Amino acid sequence: MATTAIFDYGAGNLLSLKTALEKTSLTTSIATKKEDLINADAIALPGVGNFSASLEKLSAVKEILQTKVLEGTPILGICLGLQLFFETSQEGPGNGLALFKGEVKQLPQTVKVPHMGWNTLNLKKPGALFDGIVEDTYVYFVHSLYPDPEDPNIVATQTQYGTTFTSAIAQKNIYGTQFHPEKSGVAGLQILKNFAKIVVR
Amino acid sequence: MTLAKRIIPCLDVDHGQVVKCINFQNPKSTGDPTEMAQRYSDQGADELVFLDITASSEKRNIMQKYVENVAKTINIPFTVGGGIRSVPDARLILCSGADKVSVNTAAVENPNLITELSDVFGRQCIVCAIDAKRNSTPTNGKTIVDTPKGPVWFEVVTYGGRKHTGIDALTWATDAEKRGAGEFLITSMDRDGTKDGYDIELTRNISERVNVPIIASGGAGEPKHLYDVFTEGKADAALAASIFHYNNYPIPKVKDYLRKMEVTIRQ
Repeated sequence: MATTAIFDYGAGNLLSLKTALEKTSLTTSIATKKEDLINADAIALPGVGNFSASLEKLSAVKEILQTKVLEGTPILGICLGLQLFFETSQEGPGNGLALFKGEVKQLPQTVKVPHMGWNTLNLKKPGALFDGIVEDTYVYFVHSLYPDPEDPNIVATQTQYGTTFTSAIAQKNIYGTQFHPEKSGVAGLQILKNFAKIVVR
Repeated sequence: MTLAKRIIPCLDVDHGQVVKCINFQNPKSTGDPTEMAQRYSDQGADELVFLDITASSEKRNIMQKYVENVAKTINIPFTVGGGIRSVPDARLILCSGADKVSVNTAAVENPNLITELSDVFGRQCIVCAIDAKRNSTPTNGKTIVDTPKGPVWFEVVTYGGRKHTGIDALTWATDAEKRGAGEFLITSMDRDGTKDGYDIELTRNISERVNVPIIASGGAGEPKHLYDVFTEGKADAALAASIFHYNNYPIPKVKDYLRKMEVTIRQ
């Protein structure tokens, strides 16, 4: 069995992601320090907390995360977890993991923020994470910021809310969703099962 | 495509069992929160709200247990409210797997609670529930709203409607938003239980004054009431209990109706 280490920033609900991942072929562990990540077959960065506050918790494992990613370990960032793949955020000071160039930006003031509820995916490039997911599939969002990658080739899906923003990225072994697959019903579970297939292949 | 309007069934829970929301026509209905959550999720509910009305010293343990079970069973978002008075209360519920907590009376009595909760957990998981009642007595300093039945202001009531606070609901909403509320659950105490439709003026006036999502509650009796509150009432989500619990308006039927009326609804 392949184990996915869920990194715990100490900010709250990990149970939903843990439970949802365990409905796939994966087992999970909760990681709080470097040693917990070294042997992980896959890593999940969940979506709770504030950019700058989580960087403090992340600093102890930043190097091992970057090494594991370079070695090809599949990593899935969800919501804030995806935002941490980038360099900086308008939410607060500090540098993310900088796996990709780009900034995390605030949603425009012309719409209600947080963007909360079910919105659709516009599929931008085919890939293993979105196997079986059709155009305009509804997924669950709850966020106030979104990633704005410099490289358009990493964009897997886009979504409209006040602006057209990147709602998922995929590049080699790095995957990220701005929405919450663990809260997105049947479609979300399909995406997590796809991630599990990527991990065990 | 755009953000869909949300349909949210509400379940009242007492001592770990769903009460009064039981579908009496369905003998399989046990009133178990997990089973009912699963059924609503299967029917296409976009989110669920649990309001815990237990008044006993074991309340926290009971809540923790069913919240965990619900979280392990469904994978749509859910909110838990009822008796959350502090950061530790909220932490227990959120760490048991709830996505959001709602606060009502405790926040009216101690507005700083919203600030504290928002600072610790982030505003996206803090729902400020406001119970409001129309007051037609002209009062200085209140926001007067014209309604088909004449000018009124909306008064915040607490303790399930037993206490009139004299607080203007519109003012309280803008204050609570500044303090970090990420969403509002607005219940009309005039309409609650009547099946006469949501209070459109109440919902719209709060929705226009804050820049976070609004869940309308109280008065849903037929699908058109949801249409009205989404369009005229400018609600982002509609909460209902009884209409979903009888076979006349199950969730798929309500969603079909709204889709035909060109409201954006999740398939």
